[in-house]
Amino acid sequence: MLDLVALILLFPLIGTAVNGLAGKRMRKETVGYIACGAIGLSFLVSILVFCGLLLLPPEGRLFEKHLFVWIESGSFRSLAALQVDPLSTVMILTVSGVGFLIHVYSIGYMHHDKGYHRYFCYLNLFTFSMLLLVLSNNFLLMFIGWEAVGLCSYLLIGFWFEKKSASNAAKKAFVVNRVGDFGFALGVMLIFLIFHSIDFTEVFSAASHGNFETGNFAITMITLLLFMGATGKSAQIPLYTWLPDAMEGPTPVSALIHAATMVTAGVYMIARCNVLYMLSPFTMTVVASIGAATALFAASIGLVQNDIKRVLAYSTISQLGYMFLACGVGAFTAGVFHLMTHAFFKALLFLGAGSVIHALSGEQDIRKMGALKSHIPTTYKTFLVGTIAIAGIPPFAGFFSKDEILLEAFVRGNFIYWSIGAIAALFTAFYMFRLLFMTFYGESRVDHHTMEHLHESPGNMTLPLIALAGLSFVGGFLGIPGASAINHFLSPVFGGHTHAEIAGTELAGHSGHHGAWLPYLMMVVSTAIAIAGIFLAYQMYIKKPDLPKKLTDRFRFIHKLLLNKYYVDEIYDALFVNPTKKISVKILWKGVDVRIIDGSVNGIARLVGGLSNVLRLLQTGYIRNYAFYIVVGCIFIVVLAVFGK
Amino acid sequence: MDSRKGELIRITTLLVSIVVFVLSLPLYFNFNAHAYEMQFVEKLPWIPSFGIHYHVGIDGISLFLILLTTFLMPVSILASWHITKHIKEYMIAMLVLETGMVGVFASLDLFLFYVYWELMLIPMYLLIGIWGGPRRIYAAVKFFIYTMTGSVFMLLAIIALYFLNHRATGEYTFNLLEFYRLELSFAVQFWLFLAFAFAFAIKVPMFPFHTWLPDAHVEAPTAGSVILAGVLLKMGTYGFVRFCLPLFPEASHVFIPVISWMAIVGIIYGALVSMVQDDLKKLVAYSSVSHLGFVMLGIFAFNIQGIEGGITQMINHGLSTGALFLVVGMLYERRHTRMIADFGGLTKRMPVFATLFLIITLSSIGLPGLNGFVGEFLILLGAFRSRILYASIATSGIILAAVYMLWMFQRVMFHEIIHEENKTLKDVSKREFAILIPLIMIIFWIGIYPNPFLRKMDASVNHLLKQTGEKAQTVSNLQTQNTAVIPKIDIVSETKAEW
Repeated sequence: MLDLVALILLFPLIGTAVNGLAGKRMRKETVGYIACGAIGLSFLVSILVFCGLLLLPPEGRLFEKHLFVWIESGSFRSLAALQVDPLSTVMILTVSGVGFLIHVYSIGYMHHDKGYHRYFCYLNLFTFSMLLLVLSNNFLLMFIGWEAVGLCSYLLIGFWFEKKSASNAAKKAFVVNRVGDFGFALGVMLIFLIFHSIDFTEVFSAASHGNFETGNFAITMITLLLFMGATGKSAQIPLYTWLPDAMEGPTPVSALIHAATMVTAGVYMIARCNVLYMLSPFTMTVVASIGAATALFAASIGLVQNDIKRVLAYSTISQLGYMFLACGVGAFTAGVFHLMTHAFFKALLFLGAGSVIHALSGEQDIRKMGALKSHIPTTYKTFLVGTIAIAGIPPFAGFFSKDEILLEAFVRGNFIYWSIGAIAALFTAFYMFRLLFMTFYGESRVDHHTMEHLHESPGNMTLPLIALAGLSFVGGFLGIPGASAINHFLSPVFGGHTHAEIAGTELAGHSGHHGAWLPYLMMVVSTAIAIAGIFLAYQMYIKKPDLPKKLTDRFRFIHKLLLNKYYVDEIYDALFVNPTKKISVKILWKGVDVRIIDGSVNGIARLVGGLSNVLRLLQTGYIRNYAFYIVVGCIFIVVLAVFGK
Repeated sequence: MDSRKGELIRITTLLVSIVVFVLSLPLYFNFNAHAYEMQFVEKLPWIPSFGIHYHVGIDGISLFLILLTTFLMPVSILASWHITKHIKEYMIAMLVLETGMVGVFASLDLFLFYVYWELMLIPMYLLIGIWGGPRRIYAAVKFFIYTMTGSVFMLLAIIALYFLNHRATGEYTFNLLEFYRLELSFAVQFWLFLAFAFAFAIKVPMFPFHTWLPDAHVEAPTAGSVILAGVLLKMGTYGFVRFCLPLFPEASHVFIPVISWMAIVGIIYGALVSMVQDDLKKLVAYSSVSHLGFVMLGIFAFNIQGIEGGITQMINHGLSTGALFLVVGMLYERRHTRMIADFGGLTKRMPVFATLFLIITLSSIGLPGLNGFVGEFLILLGAFRSRILYASIATSGIILAAVYMLWMFQRVMFHEIIHEENKTLKDVSKREFAILIPLIMIIFWIGIYPNPFLRKMDASVNHLLKQTGEKAQTVSNLQTQNTAVIPKIDIVSETKAEW
């Protein structure tokens, strides 16, 4: 069954090709069926591959499928080969599963769009790229997927290319990702220089067999460079700025980017390279710190945003911060677990937001919503599930994964990591319920005209919502403390050193002064934090709706700072974008090129021309002049002959 | 001239160029990938009293450049269908140009090489000067004089080699393969390298000898730009590989920092200046400076990845940039302007064109899976292996490439249509489709399965490395002693005995 793995990639590729080449001439239904069918088949094959992997003994769960040699030059070789192991299996199931639901949803959501076939062509390509990224068995092949998801985000964010803001956002996404890719590419080159190979298995086995001491400089550089790539793709400080702007694309695309594909790439990559990262404590500190900082930073911006998608966007950045925090403290399983649960509930929330926007004929401002609960009941109920899940209320999915990260941050990291994570959790619960209350509760602020068209979304949109709500509810049970299935499944990839049993004696042995009661205490604390956040939101947006206004007036400066996202975009523009443009025009082009280089070239030409003009004067055409020159010449020669010696 | 006659001339030329392309294909299929020696060699005496021969042959390095030339020729002629002025002369110039280009890549006799080198110059000069844009005379003269200046030094160096060889072997010949065996002192190498490098650096063009390029491109007709960017610039990089490296290995090693820094400056400078152009052709022209900088960096990495990457990138640049000029030409034919500001929103009117254009743009950006990436990555890997600092700076070029290409693409293809004229634009015609599709197919082919290309280079590139490496070893001691000192040597005095 493992041999089928190539089909996982083939189906979406066929879907892309068929819809791309012939989609225009086909009926809309056919286009949709082809696209959904491609991903659906991919998902089914993924399940088969998963089953095939389960049949193998846990330590032998690694399968490689060699397709062909991609690039070979001298001793450098990059194969086109796929790798199936527990980590990539978790990823393909998540990507193709959630991706499939998003595809189905898109049939309804994009029904009226003129670029229907183009949309599904890109969407299939996106899924293909992400699947390639997680299935490749070496760094360079992974880089194809890595850059291709960047391309697809470019195409889909800029899907409505007539809008200037959309095409700007698309370009920004690609370029900012390229900045990260610059680091990633250098990292791959350094890996080749150090390991003489870029195959995962070879690199990791060389690294894990004690050839490198902990803290090795080259390994630290490699991991930092790769992490730079991850900050771009997974929207971490300082390269997160593209993600909020990515809202310009159709909403299901946001769901795809934020949940299943693209942003999870960085987390996956670090989890994949856990052997290397464990060798560099410095990089781990950097990863954990950036993760924690991003989690808090983005959550704080999320507190005051008024665009339903923008709130979710900052929440994504913040949640990704959690995942990096987990990886940074060495709890890779927790990071991947949260990646998975987050894929469920964030896809749900985005699709739910899409359903709200759909119902309100395109309105995204939550100040113009309210009291939608009874009008769009299915959307409301599923959105509620997603909100509870992300806020971290047991037994919903987000609770288990986030709780595990906070616990690991405390046990393996330090109190600071934990407290930052805890504050961010408080913020998360607050802004998510603020969003929920402002959208579905209170008084309706929807304008009259929109109200008339208010309707629940069709079945092909609500069914994916229900499915995702189910996953958001039960997904967490895969990682129940003490009997964590996902921990168990992933342990061959992450090895013993990265695998902490949450409950029981092992933990007590690791850090003596914490007892076995710690995990349970943590659960209580994180639940309490979540409830506190919800209570605060309830107080402010249901009980005393005038309170937010007062607070805003009171803390005008902070509010403005948060509302304007700390002015980071403006700072980047002032620091990088504008100076580069100015220098390029004024100094390089108009200065160096036109004035200095071309100036001297033309100067030489003019000089030669000028000299020739002078010499031309000698050519008078009068014999007497020439006779005169001859005489002068003769005298000169004679003088030279006589006195020269 | 009546139109029927014109049509006949067009079709004849197209057929001729297609026949040439078909005839060049056996070179690929019958090429022995395991041999580093020159293949398909032909050697006939031409001016025997001076030891000048018609001596041609190819190896894994020139093979693809010849194929690129014969492939781009029918494409360019198809892209010249709209030419009506002096059509006969135009087509003659095109075919003479092809002769010159293939000759340059195949010549193994330096005299013959020089003849072809100069032969190429004339039809290109005419193409720009007669069928070019409003400032065509300025551009054509600038192009001619720039190239000529470099060529003069190269000619001197060729003559010097001729006499040096005679002194060493007692034989008068321009045979390149004989010259390869010469053991030149470092001082001689130094100056001869400079003379050759000057000619080639102008042709590449390397920063700061590039200012003829934007002018030439802007004024040249579409096909002229395609050939100029696609093939003519490769003469420079090819010259470095074919002559400078194996003939003057120690000098080449000494010049690594100089050439590499010029390449790096070219990569970044070209990209930044390209970014702010408002003329499409100028933008693509400056992007060539950046791309060719990568090629030079790869060649002077002196390892297999760098050089194979460099050769691959020569092909890639020929395809991608050639295609970009074709695309710009198609826009120009429709709107008679090349200013970016005159476009905008074209995707709406020209969806097929938009897709093709996007693929070409991405290939130029170096997106993995398309051709540009294979060359760029190998170059950077090679450079990284030899000097980490160079590669690290140069890699930032991939960020800038995304900026200038995507910004251009956005301004031309996206947004609402604001200019009335753009609202009635037609999508690609069948002829235009036929022009671009072969290019795009090869763009994908090299990107996904570059092995058929890379494997045919192996033997030749390895041999080249051996040549440069071994020779460099023998005099390396000498060289390390006085690398900082510019050697003082009078070539005339060394060759005086011959006169």
